[in-house]
Amino acid sequence: MNFERLKEKLEILADAAKYDVSCSSSGGTRKNKKGALGDSSVSGICHTYTEDGRCVSLLKILLTNHCIYDCAYCVSRSSNDIKRAGFTVEEVVDLTINFYRRNYIEGLFLSSGIFKNADTTMERLVRVAKKLRLEENFNGYIHLKSIPGASDELMQEAALYADRLSINLEIPTESGLKLLAPEKNRQDMLSPMKYIQNGIAQYKDEKKIFRKVPKFAPAGQSTQMIVGATNENDLQIIKVADHFYKNFSLKRVYYSGYVPVLEDKRLPSLTTAVPMLRENRLYQSDWLMRFYGFKAEEILDPNMPYLDLEVDPKLSWALRHLHQFPVNLQTADYQMILRIPGIGVKTAQKIVQARRFQILNMDHLKKLGAAVNRAKYFIDFNAGNAYLRYLTDKNFRNLLVGGSSSKFHNQFSQQLSLF
Amino acid sequence: MITLLYDGSFDGLLTAVFEVFEYRYKDVEIVSNGRFHQENIFAEIHEVITQSDKAERVLKKLEQNIEKSGIHELLKVYLSEDSELEQLILSAIRQSIQHPDKNILQNYADTDILKISKICKSVSRERHRMTAFVRFEKMQDGVFFAKIDPDFDVLPLIRKHFKDRYQDQKWMIYDLRRNYGILYDLENCEFFYPEEKLDLHKYQQKFHDEEQNYQTLWQRYFTKTNIVERKNLKLHVQHVPKRYWKYLTEKW
Ligand code: SF4
Repeated sequence: MNFERLKEKLEILADAAKYDVSCSSSGGTRKNKKGALGDSSVSGICHTYTEDGRCVSLLKILLTNHCIYDCAYCVSRSSNDIKRAGFTVEEVVDLTINFYRRNYIEGLFLSSGIFKNADTTMERLVRVAKKLRLEENFNGYIHLKSIPGASDELMQEAALYADRLSINLEIPTESGLKLLAPEKNRQDMLSPMKYIQNGIAQYKDEKKIFRKVPKFAPAGQSTQMIVGATNENDLQIIKVADHFYKNFSLKRVYYSGYVPVLEDKRLPSLTTAVPMLRENRLYQSDWLMRFYGFKAEEILDPNMPYLDLEVDPKLSWALRHLHQFPVNLQTADYQMILRIPGIGVKTAQKIVQARRFQILNMDHLKKLGAAVNRAKYFIDFNAGNAYLRYLTDKNFRNLLVGGSSSKFHNQFSQQLSLF
Repeated sequence: MITLLYDGSFDGLLTAVFEVFEYRYKDVEIVSNGRFHQENIFAEIHEVITQSDKAERVLKKLEQNIEKSGIHELLKVYLSEDSELEQLILSAIRQSIQHPDKNILQNYADTDILKISKICKSVSRERHRMTAFVRFEKMQDGVFFAKIDPDFDVLPLIRKHFKDRYQDQKWMIYDLRRNYGILYDLENCEFFYPEEKLDLHKYQQKFHDEEQNYQTLWQRYFTKTNIVERKNLKLHVQHVPKRYWKYLTEKW
């Protein structure tokens, strides 16, 4: 293997893949077979973090950045004058295995420019996964980015060897996609997703009857949307995410704040800042939908289609629903405790456990890990709570924003603990 | 006040706890040999001789009350090397014996239990970091070698993780601070305790021929996957605290 050439390819093809954020190793279920290499843990492991603060858990590369398409938002687009390169199947396998053996990564996240047509490209991606599984006995995590328009047969094969499959929606709205990626169409993205969704459902049914059916995309599907390249609002984005969670059983939707790297009159100018705070708010909303029992319509509505950049969406909801507060910690049900600003899932669970032993007070709450500086205004204790008088104060919102602004404005990454 | 001296092992500690109940001691402290400095020559000392059947009986009882997961928590407290570890474990066991029908480890409003839960959290975090930040380097003899220096004694907590993960390569993880390690030789996966500290002087010279290449590839990958426009070093350091950097290949 020519090391210098390999290094050069890796630099080009890691650089081209870095904007894809839908890259986590969580949800893996592949247990090691005796004497083989690798094991995927359910929660995933971040082995390091980039200097921009994002988790590195997978080797994330493109198979090639040659592409016949010309999507405006993409650095690999055919009209962009950049260095091109392509890995061989063997090279990707070798890098994956050797990085994995050194405990640098949890596995591989492989996507590709479309170099001839959808199926030729998809077939090459599948070949990498197949070689890793069958020849290298590899049980680490594999995420393949499916190529829009790939055939059902190839999707079927991909799902046998990969843990997760994804197709990036890229642009949240159909009209936006038409504008920026005229050669792509939504249907080419949706049908492989539908195919995999049905396959997963069928696998689950068969698994109940035959214990030994082969795994089928066991970590499910995910997708990514670029935020801020076109002018959709947050409500539209959240609705799309909600739609895909419900109708395509997606495991995750990722939001990627658009990084302006290309000059194009259809796109925001090169001097536009990356919308990091907006992206962060979208992730927070996404959490509320997935873990806190919030419905999309509760987070935003047509009268208020943008997320509040000053306060997180949970606090924003609370401020719009003051009549539902204060919440009594001793008697309220778990779901309502979850809605108290400053209380996360773990703390809510601890509260429900600890209150069986004693009557909780503010001090306990602090010890249990709540962000008391916010929570204290929303909670009723059996012994009473002097902070409750602020609930009816006209300046309540200002009080909260003023008191916590420094903390909020630094939260720029989706991978922070969010509440 | 009676001082129970034990040998520093987990079994020894449980034996000591057993004897606290056996002799109905009320006002006691349990101290490990290694840390004991006798200040008061008139202090009453009770030397504990580690007996696995006594330790076993404590474990059995605990398993009924707080289940295996609870014992695991106490083990983490033990591995934390916290100066209060004996006192906390004794307190938890006492409470558990008093309230056998409840999982007292959930009584977070109690000061000792809360401390235990905090310690467990720190130890778990360090454990998790060691599954993430271990970097193996391939040596001439084909063994993948990693050195670590964790804040708590977490090696026993990560053995299974690495055992499950790397079954077809020989590997070794060595705790520099505590001077012991785990060795997997394709068949057994055991702890080893060298008489002297391993000599790591110029050990890079014993790298396998291909090692430097893969390290370089990984370093290049790490640099290239970063998005400069989103630079956030504060966050970076928060996730990868500086004290780990010297063991991370990508932070060469
Ligand atoms: S098809 Fe994919 S790789 Fe090609 S230009 Fe569009 S987004 Fe980029």
